[in-house]
Amino acid sequence: MSREPISPESGTGMVVMTDVQKHFGDHHVLKDISLSIAAREVVVVVGPSGSGKSTLCRCINRLETITSGSILVDGTALPTEGKALATLRSEVGMVFQSFNLFAHRSILDNVTLAPIQVRKESKKVAEAHALELLDRVGIADKADSFPAQLSGGQQQRAAIARALAMRPKVMLFDEPTSALDPEMVTEVLDVMISLAAEGMTMVVVTHEMGFARRAADRVVFMDDGRIVEQNTPAEFFDHPESERAKAFLSKILTH
Amino acid sequence: MDIFVDSAGPLLSAIGTTVLMAVVAGVGALVLGTLIAAARISPIPVLRGAAFAYVQFFVNVPLLALLILAVFALPDAGIIMPLAPTAVLVLALYEAAYVAEAVRSGVNTVGNGQIEASRALGFTLGQTLRLVVIPQSLRAAVQPLGNVMIALTMNTALAAAVGVVELTSAANKLNLVEAQPILIFAAAGLVYMALALVIGLGAGRIERKVAILR
Ligand SMILES: Nc1ncnc2c1ncn2[C@@H]1O[C@H](COP(=O)(O)OP(=O)(O)OP(=O)(O)O)[C@@H](O)[C@H]1O
Ligand SMILES: [Mg+2]
Repeated sequence: MSREPISPESGTGMVVMTDVQKHFGDHHVLKDISLSIAAREVVVVVGPSGSGKSTLCRCINRLETITSGSILVDGTALPTEGKALATLRSEVGMVFQSFNLFAHRSILDNVTLAPIQVRKESKKVAEAHALELLDRVGIADKADSFPAQLSGGQQQRAAIARALAMRPKVMLFDEPTSALDPEMVTEVLDVMISLAAEGMTMVVVTHEMGFARRAADRVVFMDDGRIVEQNTPAEFFDHPESERAKAFLSKILTH
Repeated sequence: MDIFVDSAGPLLSAIGTTVLMAVVAGVGALVLGTLIAAARISPIPVLRGAAFAYVQFFVNVPLLALLILAVFALPDAGIIMPLAPTAVLVLALYEAAYVAEAVRSGVNTVGNGQIEASRALGFTLGQTLRLVVIPQSLRAAVQPLGNVMIALTMNTALAAAVGVVELTSAANKLNLVEAQPILIFAAAGLVYMALALVIGLGAGRIERKVAILR
Protein backbone atom coordinates (compact mmCIF):
# COMPACT_ATOMS: atom_id res chain seq x y z
CA MET A 1 0.00 0.00 0.00
CA SER A 2 1.22 3.43 -0.74
CA ARG A 3 -0.38 6.60 0.34
CA GLU A 4 0.74 10.17 -0.01
CA PRO A 5 3.25 10.85 2.72
CA ILE A 6 1.62 13.16 5.18
CA SER A 7 3.56 16.20 6.17
CA PRO A 8 4.47 16.19 9.85
CA GLU A 9 4.02 19.95 9.88
CA SER A 10 0.35 19.88 8.89
CA GLY A 11 -1.36 21.72 11.70
CA THR A 12 -4.31 19.43 12.23
CA GLY A 13 -3.63 15.88 13.18
CA MET A 14 -5.20 13.05 15.08
CA VAL A 15 -2.34 13.21 17.53
CA VAL A 16 -0.37 16.43 17.87
CA MET A 17 2.55 16.54 20.27
CA THR A 18 4.20 19.93 20.70
CA ASP A 19 7.47 20.50 22.54
CA VAL A 20 6.90 17.57 24.85
CA GLN A 21 9.40 17.03 27.65
CA LYS A 22 9.30 14.09 30.01
CA HIS A 23 11.45 13.45 33.03
CA PHE A 24 11.65 10.48 35.35
CA GLY A 25 13.17 12.24 38.33
CA ASP A 26 16.40 13.75 37.01
CA HIS A 27 16.35 11.56 33.95
CA HIS A 28 15.30 13.51 30.84
CA VAL A 29 13.57 10.84 28.79
CA LEU A 30 11.66 12.75 26.08
CA LYS A 31 13.36 15.85 24.70
CA ASP A 32 11.60 18.48 22.56
CA ILE A 33 9.24 15.99 20.99
CA SER A 34 7.04 17.57 18.33
CA LEU A 35 5.13 15.12 16.25
CA SER A 36 1.89 15.38 14.35
CA ILE A 37 0.15 12.25 13.24
CA ALA A 38 -2.61 12.66 10.69
CA ALA A 39 -5.84 10.72 10.71
CA ARG A 40 -5.40 7.39 8.92
CA GLU A 41 -1.64 7.70 9.14
CA VAL A 42 0.51 4.77 10.26
CA VAL A 43 3.68 5.82 12.06
CA VAL A 44 6.31 3.29 13.02
CA VAL A 45 8.65 4.32 15.83
CA VAL A 46 12.09 2.73 15.91
CA GLY A 47 15.22 3.33 17.93
CA PRO A 48 17.65 1.72 20.31
CA SER A 49 16.60 0.35 23.67
CA GLY A 50 15.99 3.11 26.19
CA SER A 51 15.53 5.80 23.54
CA GLY A 52 12.05 6.61 24.83
CA LYS A 53 9.77 4.83 22.36
CA SER A 54 7.53 3.24 24.96
CA THR A 55 7.41 6.43 26.97
CA LEU A 56 6.34 8.38 23.88
CA CYS A 57 3.52 5.90 23.30
CA ARG A 58 2.45 5.91 26.92
CA CYS A 59 2.33 9.70 27.05
CA ILE A 60 -0.23 9.76 24.24
CA ASN A 61 -2.87 8.15 26.47
CA ARG A 62 -1.38 9.63 29.60
CA LEU A 63 -0.30 6.39 31.20
CA GLU A 64 2.69 8.62 31.82
CA THR A 65 2.28 12.31 32.55
CA ILE A 66 4.48 14.75 30.68
CA THR A 67 6.64 17.39 32.31
CA SER A 68 5.79 20.13 29.83
CA GLY A 69 4.51 20.70 26.32
CA SER A 70 1.14 19.67 24.98
CA ILE A 71 -0.51 16.65 23.47
CA LEU A 72 -3.78 16.90 21.55
CA VAL A 73 -5.80 13.89 20.53
CA ASP A 74 -8.32 14.68 17.80
CA GLY A 75 -8.04 18.34 18.71
CA THR A 76 -8.62 17.89 22.43
CA ALA A 77 -5.91 18.47 25.01
CA LEU A 78 -5.29 15.51 27.27
CA PRO A 79 -7.39 15.98 30.40
CA THR A 80 -5.47 15.82 33.65
CA GLU A 81 -7.49 13.33 35.63
CA GLY A 82 -10.83 11.82 36.36
CA LYS A 83 -13.72 11.04 34.09
CA ALA A 84 -12.53 13.14 31.16
CA LEU A 85 -9.19 11.37 31.11
CA ALA A 86 -10.89 7.98 31.27
CA THR A 87 -13.04 9.03 28.32
CA LEU A 88 -10.01 10.10 26.32
CA ARG A 89 -8.22 6.87 27.12
CA SER A 90 -11.21 4.93 25.93
CA GLU A 91 -10.74 6.57 22.52
CA VAL A 92 -7.09 5.61 22.29
CA GLY A 93 -6.54 1.87 21.97
CA MET A 94 -3.36 0.37 23.34
CA VAL A 95 -1.73 -2.97 22.70
CA PHE A 96 1.09 -4.07 24.98
CA GLN A 97 4.07 -6.31 24.49
CA SER A 98 2.80 -8.67 27.17
CA PHE A 99 -0.86 -8.76 26.02
CA ASN A 100 -2.18 -8.01 29.52
CA LEU A 101 -5.48 -9.79 29.08
CA PHE A 102 -7.65 -10.08 32.19
CA ALA A 103 -6.72 -13.54 33.46
CA HIS A 104 -9.99 -14.20 35.29
CA ARG A 105 -12.28 -13.46 32.37
CA SER A 106 -13.07 -15.34 29.19
CA ILE A 107 -11.81 -13.92 25.90
CA LEU A 108 -15.33 -12.72 25.10
CA ASP A 109 -15.57 -10.98 28.48
CA ASN A 110 -12.16 -9.43 27.95
CA VAL A 111 -13.47 -7.82 24.78
CA THR A 112 -16.89 -6.77 26.10
CA LEU A 113 -15.90 -5.54 29.56
CA ALA A 114 -14.82 -2.03 28.61
CA PRO A 115 -17.60 -1.39 26.05
CA ILE A 116 -20.17 -2.38 28.69
CA GLN A 117 -18.55 -0.61 31.64
CA VAL A 118 -17.06 2.46 29.98
CA ARG A 119 -19.10 3.01 26.83
CA LYS A 120 -22.28 1.76 28.53
CA GLU A 121 -23.15 -0.47 25.60
CA SER A 122 -25.78 -3.12 26.22
CA LYS A 123 -24.43 -6.61 26.74
CA LYS A 124 -26.10 -7.75 23.56
CA VAL A 125 -24.59 -5.04 21.37
CA ALA A 126 -21.18 -5.46 22.97
CA GLU A 127 -21.17 -9.23 22.48
CA ALA A 128 -22.25 -9.02 18.87
CA HIS A 129 -19.48 -6.50 18.18
CA ALA A 130 -16.96 -8.58 20.13
CA LEU A 131 -17.74 -11.74 18.19
CA GLU A 132 -17.37 -9.79 14.96
CA LEU A 133 -13.95 -8.54 16.08
CA LEU A 134 -12.81 -11.95 17.31
CA ASP A 135 -13.83 -13.35 13.97
CA ARG A 136 -11.89 -10.66 12.22
CA VAL A 137 -8.69 -11.44 14.15
CA GLY A 138 -9.32 -15.13 13.54
CA ILE A 139 -10.10 -16.44 17.03
CA ALA A 140 -13.90 -16.53 17.11
CA ASP A 141 -13.68 -20.14 18.29
CA LYS A 142 -11.78 -19.01 21.40
CA ALA A 143 -14.51 -16.71 22.71
CA ASP A 144 -15.23 -18.91 25.71
CA SER A 145 -11.63 -19.81 26.49
CA PHE A 146 -9.53 -18.14 29.14
CA PRO A 147 -6.39 -16.18 28.27
CA ALA A 148 -4.05 -18.84 29.67
CA GLN A 149 -5.52 -21.39 27.28
CA LEU A 150 -4.45 -19.39 24.23
CA SER A 151 -1.10 -19.22 22.49
CA GLY A 152 0.80 -15.94 22.63
CA GLY A 153 -0.23 -15.00 19.11
CA GLN A 154 -3.87 -15.71 19.90
CA GLN A 155 -3.66 -13.71 23.12
CA GLN A 156 -2.21 -10.76 21.30
CA ARG A 157 -4.94 -10.91 18.66
CA ALA A 158 -7.51 -11.03 21.47
CA ALA A 159 -5.84 -7.97 22.99
CA ILE A 160 -6.12 -6.17 19.66
CA ALA A 161 -9.82 -7.09 19.48
CA ARG A 162 -10.26 -5.82 23.03
CA ALA A 163 -8.76 -2.46 22.09
CA LEU A 164 -10.78 -2.25 18.86
CA ALA A 165 -14.01 -2.93 20.74
CA MET A 166 -13.82 0.61 22.10
CA ARG A 167 -13.98 1.94 18.53
CA PRO A 168 -10.79 3.94 19.12
CA LYS A 169 -9.66 6.87 17.03
CA VAL A 170 -6.02 5.91 17.39
CA MET A 171 -4.28 2.63 18.15
CA LEU A 172 -0.97 2.50 19.98
CA PHE A 173 1.15 -0.65 19.70
CA ASP A 174 4.19 -1.02 21.95
CA GLU A 175 6.32 -3.86 20.57
CA PRO A 176 3.26 -6.06 20.00
CA THR A 177 5.26 -8.99 18.61
CA SER A 178 8.39 -8.86 20.75
CA ALA A 179 7.14 -11.41 23.27
CA LEU A 180 5.99 -13.86 20.62
CA ASP A 181 7.57 -17.00 19.26
CA PRO A 182 8.71 -16.33 15.70
CA GLU A 183 6.03 -18.51 14.13
CA MET A 184 3.32 -16.38 15.74
CA VAL A 185 4.63 -13.00 14.70
CA THR A 186 3.07 -13.09 11.25
CA GLU A 187 -0.47 -13.80 12.43
CA VAL A 188 -0.36 -10.68 14.59
CA LEU A 189 1.31 -8.51 11.95
CA ASP A 190 -1.29 -9.61 9.40
CA VAL A 191 -4.05 -8.29 11.64
CA MET A 192 -2.18 -5.01 12.04
CA ILE A 193 -1.57 -4.70 8.31
CA SER A 194 -5.26 -5.15 7.59
CA LEU A 195 -6.10 -2.55 10.23
CA ALA A 196 -3.71 -0.12 8.58
CA ALA A 197 -5.23 -0.84 5.20
CA GLU A 198 -8.65 0.00 6.58
CA GLY A 199 -7.44 3.42 7.58
CA MET A 200 -6.87 3.13 11.32
CA THR A 201 -4.56 5.78 12.71
CA MET A 202 -1.69 3.85 14.24
CA VAL A 203 1.47 4.45 16.23
CA VAL A 204 3.56 1.29 16.24
CA VAL A 205 6.77 0.71 18.15
CA THR A 206 8.33 -2.30 16.49
CA HIS A 207 11.53 -3.81 15.23
CA GLU A 208 9.65 -5.57 12.43
CA MET A 209 11.06 -3.79 9.42
CA GLY A 210 8.92 -5.87 7.07
CA PHE A 211 5.83 -4.47 8.72
CA ALA A 212 7.22 -0.94 8.54
CA ARG A 213 7.94 -1.25 4.83
CA ARG A 214 4.54 -2.71 4.06
CA ALA A 215 2.22 -0.73 6.26
CA ALA A 216 3.87 2.45 7.49
CA ASP A 217 3.47 5.89 5.99
CA ARG A 218 6.33 7.21 8.05
CA VAL A 219 9.15 5.92 10.17
CA VAL A 220 10.21 7.99 13.17
CA PHE A 221 13.68 7.25 14.47
CA MET A 222 14.37 8.08 18.11
CA ASP A 223 17.62 8.14 19.97
CA ASP A 224 18.31 9.33 23.48
CA GLY A 225 14.83 10.84 23.91
CA ARG A 226 14.85 12.82 20.67
CA ILE A 227 13.29 12.35 17.28
CA VAL A 228 16.46 12.27 15.23
CA GLU A 229 15.07 11.54 11.81
CA GLN A 230 11.77 10.76 10.11
CA ASN A 231 10.98 9.70 6.61
CA THR A 232 9.03 7.28 4.46
CA PRO A 233 9.98 3.67 5.18
CA ALA A 234 11.74 3.24 1.84
CA GLU A 235 13.80 6.39 2.26
CA PHE A 236 14.59 5.72 5.89
CA PHE A 237 15.72 2.13 5.46
CA ASP A 238 17.58 2.61 2.19
CA HIS A 239 19.02 6.08 2.71
CA PRO A 240 19.21 6.94 6.40
CA GLU A 241 20.58 10.45 6.85
CA SER A 242 21.94 10.62 10.38
CA GLU A 243 24.95 8.68 11.61
CA ARG A 244 22.94 7.38 14.53
CA ALA A 245 20.24 5.97 12.27
CA LYS A 246 22.88 4.35 10.09
CA ALA A 247 24.51 2.76 13.13
CA PHE A 248 21.14 1.58 14.44
CA LEU A 249 20.08 0.08 11.12
CA SER A 250 23.36 -1.71 10.58
CA LYS A 251 22.92 -3.30 14.01
CA ILE A 252 19.38 -4.53 13.53
CA LEU A 253 19.89 -5.63 9.95
CA THR A 254 22.84 -7.82 10.76
CA HIS A 255 20.81 -10.12 12.98
CA MET B 1 -20.91 -38.35 79.24
CA ASP B 2 -23.85 -37.57 81.46
CA ILE B 3 -22.44 -34.21 82.33
CA PHE B 4 -22.82 -33.09 78.68
CA VAL B 5 -26.33 -34.49 78.36
CA ASP B 6 -27.47 -32.78 81.54
CA SER B 7 -26.28 -29.36 80.41
CA ALA B 8 -26.88 -29.88 76.69
CA GLY B 9 -29.12 -26.82 76.48
CA PRO B 10 -26.64 -24.22 77.75
CA LEU B 11 -23.76 -25.90 75.90
CA LEU B 12 -25.55 -25.91 72.57
CA SER B 13 -26.58 -22.33 73.00
CA ALA B 14 -22.96 -21.45 73.85
CA ILE B 15 -21.75 -23.19 70.69
CA GLY B 16 -24.42 -21.23 68.83
CA THR B 17 -23.04 -18.02 70.29
CA THR B 18 -19.51 -18.93 69.21
CA VAL B 19 -20.63 -19.72 65.67
CA LEU B 20 -22.77 -16.60 65.44
CA MET B 21 -19.93 -14.41 66.68
CA ALA B 22 -17.52 -15.99 64.21
CA VAL B 23 -19.93 -15.57 61.29
CA VAL B 24 -20.90 -11.96 62.00
CA ALA B 25 -17.36 -10.85 62.85
CA GLY B 26 -16.05 -12.83 59.86
CA VAL B 27 -18.36 -11.11 57.39
CA GLY B 28 -17.60 -7.73 58.92
CA ALA B 29 -13.86 -8.37 58.82
CA LEU B 30 -14.02 -9.48 55.17
CA VAL B 31 -15.91 -6.39 54.06
CA LEU B 32 -13.89 -3.92 56.10
CA GLY B 33 -10.58 -5.64 55.36
CA THR B 34 -11.22 -5.54 51.62
CA LEU B 35 -11.96 -1.81 51.82
CA ILE B 36 -8.78 -1.27 53.82
CA ALA B 37 -6.77 -3.25 51.28
CA ALA B 38 -8.25 -1.07 48.52
CA ALA B 39 -7.25 2.06 50.44
CA ARG B 40 -3.83 0.57 51.03
CA ILE B 41 -3.13 0.29 47.29
CA SER B 42 -4.97 3.43 46.18
CA PRO B 43 -2.99 6.28 44.63
CA ILE B 44 -4.27 8.67 47.31
CA PRO B 45 -1.50 9.13 49.90
CA VAL B 46 -3.86 10.00 52.77
CA LEU B 47 -5.90 6.82 52.25
CA ARG B 48 -2.77 4.74 51.90
CA GLY B 49 -1.34 6.19 55.10
CA ALA B 50 -4.55 5.69 57.05
CA ALA B 51 -4.86 2.07 55.89
CA PHE B 52 -1.23 1.41 56.75
CA ALA B 53 -1.70 2.90 60.22
CA TYR B 54 -4.86 0.85 60.74
CA VAL B 55 -3.15 -2.41 59.89
CA GLN B 56 -0.07 -1.60 61.97
CA PHE B 57 -2.21 -0.69 64.96
CA PHE B 58 -4.33 -3.83 65.01
CA VAL B 59 -1.49 -6.19 64.16
CA ASN B 60 0.60 -4.83 67.01
CA VAL B 61 -1.95 -4.66 69.83
CA PRO B 62 -3.13 -7.86 71.57
CA LEU B 63 -6.76 -8.71 70.93
CA LEU B 64 -7.40 -9.28 74.62
CA ALA B 65 -6.21 -5.77 75.42
CA LEU B 66 -8.57 -4.39 72.77
CA LEU B 67 -11.49 -6.39 74.13
CA ILE B 68 -10.90 -5.20 77.66
CA LEU B 69 -10.44 -1.66 76.46
CA ALA B 70 -13.69 -1.74 74.51
CA VAL B 71 -15.71 -3.35 77.27
CA PHE B 72 -14.60 -0.81 79.84
CA ALA B 73 -13.89 2.28 77.77
CA LEU B 74 -16.94 2.37 75.51
CA PRO B 75 -19.47 2.65 78.38
CA ASP B 76 -17.25 5.36 79.86
CA ALA B 77 -17.54 7.23 76.58
CA GLY B 78 -21.31 6.90 76.84
CA ILE B 79 -21.66 4.10 74.28
CA ILE B 80 -23.67 1.35 75.90
CA MET B 81 -23.64 -1.88 73.93
CA PRO B 82 -24.36 -5.42 75.12
CA LEU B 83 -21.24 -7.52 75.67
CA ALA B 84 -21.49 -9.92 72.77
CA PRO B 85 -21.95 -7.25 70.08
CA THR B 86 -19.05 -5.30 71.58
CA ALA B 87 -16.84 -8.38 71.35
CA VAL B 88 -17.99 -9.04 67.77
CA LEU B 89 -17.24 -5.45 66.79
CA VAL B 90 -13.74 -5.61 68.26
CA LEU B 91 -13.10 -8.98 66.62
CA ALA B 92 -14.24 -7.66 63.24
CA LEU B 93 -12.09 -4.52 63.52
CA TYR B 94 -9.10 -6.59 64.65
CA GLU B 95 -9.32 -9.35 62.05
CA ALA B 96 -10.01 -6.81 59.30
CA ALA B 97 -6.34 -5.88 59.54
CA TYR B 98 -5.34 -9.48 58.80
CA VAL B 99 -7.92 -9.72 56.03
CA ALA B 100 -6.45 -6.55 54.52
CA GLU B 101 -2.98 -8.09 54.55
CA ALA B 102 -4.23 -11.32 52.98
CA VAL B 103 -6.09 -9.42 50.27
CA ARG B 104 -3.10 -7.19 49.64
CA SER B 105 -0.87 -10.21 49.12
CA GLY B 106 -3.51 -11.43 46.67
CA VAL B 107 -3.43 -8.06 44.90
CA ASN B 108 0.28 -8.44 44.40
CA THR B 109 -0.41 -11.50 42.30
CA VAL B 110 -2.37 -9.37 39.78
CA GLY B 111 0.09 -8.21 37.19
CA ASN B 112 0.75 -4.54 36.82
CA GLY B 113 0.15 -5.04 33.12
CA GLN B 114 -3.52 -5.86 33.66
CA ILE B 115 -3.93 -2.70 35.70
CA GLU B 116 -2.33 -0.65 32.94
CA ALA B 117 -4.54 -2.34 30.37
CA SER B 118 -7.65 -1.41 32.30
CA ARG B 119 -6.47 2.18 32.69
CA ALA B 120 -5.76 2.29 28.98
CA LEU B 121 -9.30 1.05 28.28
CA GLY B 122 -10.71 4.00 30.19
CA PHE B 123 -11.64 2.31 33.46
CA THR B 124 -11.75 4.63 36.43
CA LEU B 125 -9.75 3.62 39.47
CA GLY B 126 -12.91 2.25 41.08
CA GLN B 127 -13.73 0.15 38.02
CA THR B 128 -10.17 -1.12 37.80
CA LEU B 129 -10.33 -2.25 41.40
CA ARG B 130 -13.83 -3.68 41.20
CA LEU B 131 -13.58 -5.45 37.86
CA VAL B 132 -9.96 -6.47 37.58
CA VAL B 133 -7.96 -6.28 40.78
CA ILE B 134 -10.29 -7.33 43.56
CA PRO B 135 -11.87 -10.38 41.90
CA GLN B 136 -8.45 -11.83 41.09
CA SER B 137 -6.98 -10.87 44.45
CA LEU B 138 -9.82 -12.50 46.34
CA ARG B 139 -9.23 -15.69 44.42
CA ALA B 140 -5.56 -15.72 45.23
CA ALA B 141 -6.42 -14.82 48.80
CA VAL B 142 -8.96 -17.60 49.45
CA GLN B 143 -6.56 -19.87 51.37
CA PRO B 144 -4.92 -17.10 53.43
CA LEU B 145 -8.39 -15.71 54.16
CA GLY B 146 -9.51 -19.17 55.28
CA ASN B 147 -6.65 -19.14 57.75
CA VAL B 148 -7.65 -15.70 59.02
CA MET B 149 -11.22 -16.95 59.48
CA ILE B 150 -9.97 -19.95 61.45
CA ALA B 151 -7.90 -17.67 63.67
CA LEU B 152 -10.94 -15.44 64.12
CA THR B 153 -13.04 -18.40 65.22
CA MET B 154 -10.41 -19.41 67.76
CA ASN B 155 -10.17 -15.81 68.92
CA THR B 156 -13.87 -15.74 69.80
CA ALA B 157 -12.75 -17.68 72.91
CA LEU B 158 -11.14 -14.49 74.22
CA ALA B 159 -14.61 -13.02 74.54
CA ALA B 160 -14.99 -15.33 77.55
CA ALA B 161 -12.50 -13.12 79.36
CA VAL B 162 -14.84 -10.15 79.14
CA GLY B 163 -17.89 -12.12 80.15
CA VAL B 164 -19.52 -13.28 76.94
CA VAL B 165 -21.06 -16.70 77.43
CA GLU B 166 -19.67 -18.57 74.46
CA LEU B 167 -18.18 -22.04 74.21
CA THR B 168 -15.06 -21.55 76.31
CA SER B 169 -16.90 -19.67 79.01
CA ALA B 170 -19.67 -22.30 79.11
CA ALA B 171 -17.08 -25.05 79.36
CA ASN B 172 -15.42 -23.17 82.18
CA LYS B 173 -18.71 -22.81 84.03
CA LEU B 174 -19.49 -26.46 83.61
CA ASN B 175 -16.08 -27.37 84.94
CA LEU B 176 -16.65 -25.29 88.08
CA VAL B 177 -19.62 -27.50 88.83
CA GLU B 178 -18.35 -30.87 87.61
CA ALA B 179 -14.59 -30.55 88.18
CA GLN B 180 -13.69 -32.67 85.16
CA PRO B 181 -11.34 -30.28 83.34
CA ILE B 182 -9.69 -32.79 81.01
CA LEU B 183 -12.94 -34.21 79.69
CA ILE B 184 -14.72 -30.87 79.44
CA PHE B 185 -11.97 -28.84 77.80
CA ALA B 186 -11.03 -31.70 75.48
CA ALA B 187 -14.63 -31.76 74.31
CA ALA B 188 -14.62 -27.99 73.83
CA GLY B 189 -11.34 -28.33 71.93
CA LEU B 190 -12.94 -30.90 69.64
CA VAL B 191 -15.75 -28.49 68.84
CA TYR B 192 -13.21 -25.77 67.91
CA MET B 193 -11.34 -28.29 65.77
CA ALA B 194 -14.55 -29.23 64.00
CA LEU B 195 -15.28 -25.55 63.28
CA ALA B 196 -11.74 -25.03 61.95
CA LEU B 197 -12.10 -28.11 59.78
CA VAL B 198 -15.36 -26.85 58.31
CA ILE B 199 -13.80 -23.48 57.47
CA GLY B 200 -10.68 -25.09 56.02
CA LEU B 201 -12.68 -27.47 53.84
CA GLY B 202 -14.96 -24.64 52.75
CA ALA B 203 -11.98 -22.52 51.72
CA GLY B 204 -10.53 -25.45 49.80
CA ARG B 205 -13.80 -25.93 47.93
CA ILE B 206 -14.12 -22.25 47.10
CA GLU B 207 -10.53 -22.18 45.92
CA ARG B 208 -11.06 -25.08 43.56
CA LYS B 209 -14.19 -23.44 42.18
CA VAL B 210 -12.75 -19.98 41.55
CA ALA B 211 -9.16 -20.95 40.73
CA ILE B 212 -7.97 -19.05 37.70
CA LEU B 213 -6.62 -21.12 34.89
CA ARG B 214 -3.00 -20.16 34.47
N1 LIG C 1 8.79 4.25 35.21
C1 LIG C 1 10.05 4.66 34.96
N2 LIG C 1 10.80 5.21 35.93
C2 LIG C 1 12.05 5.63 35.70
N3 LIG C 1 12.65 5.59 34.51
C3 LIG C 1 11.97 5.03 33.49
C4 LIG C 1 10.63 4.54 33.66
N4 LIG C 1 10.21 4.05 32.47
C5 LIG C 1 11.23 4.23 31.61
N5 LIG C 1 12.29 4.83 32.20
C6 LIG C 1 13.55 5.20 31.55
O1 LIG C 1 13.25 6.03 30.47
C7 LIG C 1 14.07 5.72 29.37
C8 LIG C 1 13.23 5.43 28.16
O2 LIG C 1 12.51 4.25 28.41
P1 LIG C 1 11.54 3.59 27.34
O3 LIG C 1 10.93 2.41 27.99
O4 LIG C 1 10.61 4.63 26.82
O5 LIG C 1 12.54 3.15 26.20
P2 LIG C 1 12.26 2.27 24.92
O6 LIG C 1 12.75 3.05 23.77
O7 LIG C 1 10.86 1.84 24.90
O8 LIG C 1 13.21 1.04 25.17
P3 LIG C 1 12.99 -0.51 24.80
O9 LIG C 1 13.31 -0.64 23.35
O10 LIG C 1 13.99 -1.20 25.66
O11 LIG C 1 11.58 -0.86 25.14
C9 LIG C 1 14.95 4.58 29.78
O12 LIG C 1 16.22 5.08 30.13
C10 LIG C 1 14.25 4.00 30.97
O13 LIG C 1 15.19 3.47 31.87
MG1 LIG D 1 9.87 -0.03 25.16
